[in-house]
Amino acid sequence: MTMASTKELAANSRDIRPGRIITWTLLLIGGLIMITPLLFMFSTSLKTSGQVYDLRLIPAAPTLDNYIKVLGDGRFMQWFFNSTLIAVTVTISNVFFDSLVGYTLAKFEFRGRYFIFLAILSTLMIPTEMLVIPWYLMSSQLGWLNSYWGIMFPGMMTAFGTFLMKQFFEGVPNDFLEAARVDGLNEFTIWWKIAMPMVVPAISALAIFTFLGNWTAFFWPLIVTTSKELYTLPVGISSFSAEASIQWELIMTGAAIGTIPTLLVFLLLQRYIVRGVMLAGLKG
Amino acid sequence: MASANALPQTGPVRFWDRLNISTKRVIWAWAFLAVPIIFYAGIRFYPTFQAFWLSLTNWDLLRPAQFIGFANYQKMFADPVFWKVFQNTFLYLIIGTPVSLVVSFVIAYYLDRVKLMHGFIRALYFLPFLTTAAAMGWVWRWFYQPVPIGVINGFLSSFGIPQQPFLRSVDQALFSILIPAIWAGLGFQIIIFMAGLRAIPNTFYEAAKIDGLGDWAILRKITIPLLKPTTVFLVVFSSIGFLRIFDQVYNMTSNDPGGPLNSTKPLVLMIYQTAFSSYQMGYAAAQTVVLFTILLIVSLLQLYVLREKK
Repeated sequence: MTMASTKELAANSRDIRPGRIITWTLLLIGGLIMITPLLFMFSTSLKTSGQVYDLRLIPAAPTLDNYIKVLGDGRFMQWFFNSTLIAVTVTISNVFFDSLVGYTLAKFEFRGRYFIFLAILSTLMIPTEMLVIPWYLMSSQLGWLNSYWGIMFPGMMTAFGTFLMKQFFEGVPNDFLEAARVDGLNEFTIWWKIAMPMVVPAISALAIFTFLGNWTAFFWPLIVTTSKELYTLPVGISSFSAEASIQWELIMTGAAIGTIPTLLVFLLLQRYIVRGVMLAGLKG
Repeated sequence: MASANALPQTGPVRFWDRLNISTKRVIWAWAFLAVPIIFYAGIRFYPTFQAFWLSLTNWDLLRPAQFIGFANYQKMFADPVFWKVFQNTFLYLIIGTPVSLVVSFVIAYYLDRVKLMHGFIRALYFLPFLTTAAAMGWVWRWFYQPVPIGVINGFLSSFGIPQQPFLRSVDQALFSILIPAIWAGLGFQIIIFMAGLRAIPNTFYEAAKIDGLGDWAILRKITIPLLKPTTVFLVVFSSIGFLRIFDQVYNMTSNDPGGPLNSTKPLVLMIYQTAFSSYQMGYAAAQTVVLFTILLIVSLLQLYVLREKK
């Protein structure tokens, strides 16, 4: 596909109309192939158990029974609630602390600033996998296993978010901050009321990333939770395998419910998300 | 936050007023950093040193940890399962990274020029990035089932191609997991590549056109060299992702994680099982140190490559 269209374009560098149509069509087909797994997932979630073996994409008689059944099972709602609560709390914490630290490192002069900067930067080198065993030990000693706090505490601040915010705060002109200081505002108010509103694009990128990352997080929640009431949605969906016979239409419904929130977030905030990924990729 | 606010006011007002402006600001700065410093010290640095320490002990959750020197490392390097896992991890890396990078670059390169329905097509490629591996693991497992359930085998059989075992085969399982792993990360890489392409100033292209270069020559002589920082970033980002692969493997082989016969097991899954299935915490910590070392080498290579050619 690629070679053909490359040649196509090279051959028609001035008049590339036919080449463009071919490229566009191939890109569209590729994109549709990309979402095929999602389409099959949604399609199967709308089928009855008798229709599962019928592999047509559009169900003969679509029904929402599976959703009623899956959501009617209280555990699923509980997992959904857990995931939402955790993702929202961790996001708020990251927006607050990563911004505060990023701002301090960008706009304050004090001895030790560079050391703190390097120390936080160096934590990017430490993989989570290396920390989970000490975290587990810590959690069991402090009674954090099987608690919301136990799931959340490792992610309350991130070095990545701190650097993203630091980069953006560096672009905020000092004149604004000085003017506020002359007006007698304290430093906390200056950060919160003057500096923060000037970096809203960065904040929204950070918030979206943190939310998505925590909503889909799997490794640590899998380790720290053993009681089903505290599972997050991904851990809960994964635990289906323990159950005896596989009912694919119900599994696909569960998978769909686990996927819908992030897709909705994307559809509502598409512009911010794409811009956020670009910002994070270029600055991060 | 309360402490940050309260600190300057709790002290005697006169004392605070007597400080000069820059001293006040230093105090504010440390007040802002107080909670984060405790966090990074207690939840990042201390556990890191603890992991190194635990890797030298025989801790198993029941008895207190005892120092046993490098015994865990000796055991690991003598364990054929470790070497199998090591090999699997590098297979994920050396296939996953180049394939996902080439595919995402080609798509980004052409998608960048498309105006018609640009946002819609971009969304199609990006959506899989937003899914969770736990949910998609089920979808892909279903795809890989034998007929009459499995979509892929159903598709193959309609062309008269024999049934493939996919996840049940020692030879095919790793690749069957790699495809969803590449699929899920592609959208992110495409967006980053497109951001990199946009960042190349138009003047370069205009100059090249005046010199009469064709599209292919422009791609080779201008686009690819100028895109180097983006490419290096993505190589490292994607390499680290494949070296740390876990979610996809765990969720597609959950009856026998890492199976069949350890043929899909990556390092992180081995760490997980050593620590949380057999509770050999010390041994698992030693495995995490190996992972840390590999990731460190990859990151340092990135710094080296970027510094060398700039």
